[in-house]
Amino acid sequence: MSIDKATVYKIAQLARIRVTEEDVERLAPQLSNIMQFVEQLEEVNTDNVGPLANVVDITPRLRADVVSDGGIPGAVLANAPEEQEHYFVVPKVVE
Amino acid sequence: MAELIKGETGDWEIVIGMEVHAQVVANSKLFSGASTEFGAAPNSQVSLVDAAMPGMLPVLNEYCVEQAVRTGLGLNAEIMHHSVFERKNYFYPDLPQGYQISQYQHPIVGKGVIEIDLPDGTIKEIGITRLHLEQDAGKSLHDQHPRKSFVDLNRSGCALMEIVSEPDIRGPEEATAYLSKLRMILRYLGTCNGNMEEGSMRADVNVSVRRPGEPLGTRCEIKNVNSVKAVQMAIDYEARRQVEIIEDGGKIDQETRLWDPAKGVTRSMRSKEEAHDYRYFPDPDLLPLDIKSEWIEEIRETLPELPDEKKKRFMADYGLSLYDATVLIAERARADFFETVATGRDAKLAANWVINELLGILNKDGKTLAESPVSAAQLGGLLDLILDDTISGKIAKDVFAEMYASGKDAADIVEEKGLKQVTDTGAIEKIVDEVIAENPDNVAAYKGGKDKLFGFFVGQVMKKTQGKANPAAVNALLKTKLG
Repeated sequence: MSIDKATVYKIAQLARIRVTEEDVERLAPQLSNIMQFVEQLEEVNTDNVGPLANVVDITPRLRADVVSDGGIPGAVLANAPEEQEHYFVVPKVVE
Repeated sequence: MAELIKGETGDWEIVIGMEVHAQVVANSKLFSGASTEFGAAPNSQVSLVDAAMPGMLPVLNEYCVEQAVRTGLGLNAEIMHHSVFERKNYFYPDLPQGYQISQYQHPIVGKGVIEIDLPDGTIKEIGITRLHLEQDAGKSLHDQHPRKSFVDLNRSGCALMEIVSEPDIRGPEEATAYLSKLRMILRYLGTCNGNMEEGSMRADVNVSVRRPGEPLGTRCEIKNVNSVKAVQMAIDYEARRQVEIIEDGGKIDQETRLWDPAKGVTRSMRSKEEAHDYRYFPDPDLLPLDIKSEWIEEIRETLPELPDEKKKRFMADYGLSLYDATVLIAERARADFFETVATGRDAKLAANWVINELLGILNKDGKTLAESPVSAAQLGGLLDLILDDTISGKIAKDVFAEMYASGKDAADIVEEKGLKQVTDTGAIEKIVDEVIAENPDNVAAYKGGKDKLFGFFVGQVMKKTQGKANPAAVNALLKTKLG
């Protein structure tokens, strides 16, 4: 499967990565190569094999329902570019 | 009976499916140990997991799983032994991970069914398609600054159950009946507090219209429908909008629309349309969830009696009317209150006092049952005094008003104010004699055939005893004496 330029733009948009026309020229063939590499897996016969969500046959460890975290607004906001009264402040987003 | 819309070219049927997001009652979040309590200071209930700091790993809350299973059992649904958490990818400022951990192809609960009660007294079954567990997002405030939004992540990571119905709902009345019934079941189960104002329960409504009997039309999903009344108004508006478009020769675009409660309209959310590519995939940080049958059975053992069963039992065991039973089971606490009052006493009398007197005055004062100054045991005490003839039903209303005002026991009030009913026939006889002696004219008139005057004599005796004379004894004595 080859990745055309429109698809590169779409993927970039979904990932919120800004790409220039130049980037796309370069990325389209690169992504196509990766797809072709991965497509080799399709040669394996997977009839009667279910999709695999995990490779280890163990059950997840579950947590007891106790409050053991939180109360650290300073740490949570430490990397925020902008904050006010312990709120993250972001450019206005409203529907 | 389904409501039809009269269009210019004929009748249209409204077809509705609902997606309800219900916040799970739990102390801590779905994947972190931060508190879920409502109304805390901004970002004070956020762990580094909820803030999506690199390297932080989610660990599933066992109780949230239990609550989802309990809800599934309460919705008569199939519990899936194997379920998978997946990532739903999208960007929004209140979603720090850039994805929501949700369940997609393998939800924890499969098909179920609930019964809704329609205004005409009939019952209709509404199918449940599925219930899955997912994380809630944070909260954005848009009114704090002209060019900025403020983000609070306290709600980020709280456990939600998304409960999806089949498109079995026809019209706004059935939709509100469905929402009310679902809310009641969740509150009985203790799995969601159902508080729509605090956003603990939110509904998205899928609406389409069709000619009766024809295949389903194209649907629109309406978001931001956050009260029972809004559900009704949004459906009314949206169905009419769709009928108008189709009748004018147009066609419905499948889209997400936002209910605007201020303007009373739904409007298109254009920004969402392009982003409908969520690229779900199994979350590599979380192993699939396997639930053993033994655990499901243990949870089943903890299920309370649900509203429908309770209603049937109240009617069968206590002989209550459908109306009384329906009022009493609306809240689990109300039903428990009634049963405490009714146990060992006249159940119909208990139902009357709880519904007409207590709930009546609480409702008038805008108070909940939990805030009632009169406890169930105290109301029972008052009924005991009526049932053993210590006081009459009329005096009991005055005693109840006093109990409600002061919080005192009925027996104490009756004692203090000397309201005890006079059943001593000797004492009543004395007063009857007085009344007869004082009203010779009326006695003569009565004997002359004016039967109506009997009530006058009863009134006079009651007046002299401040209403405390036993009415049956007064009647009997007057009948004998007046001949």
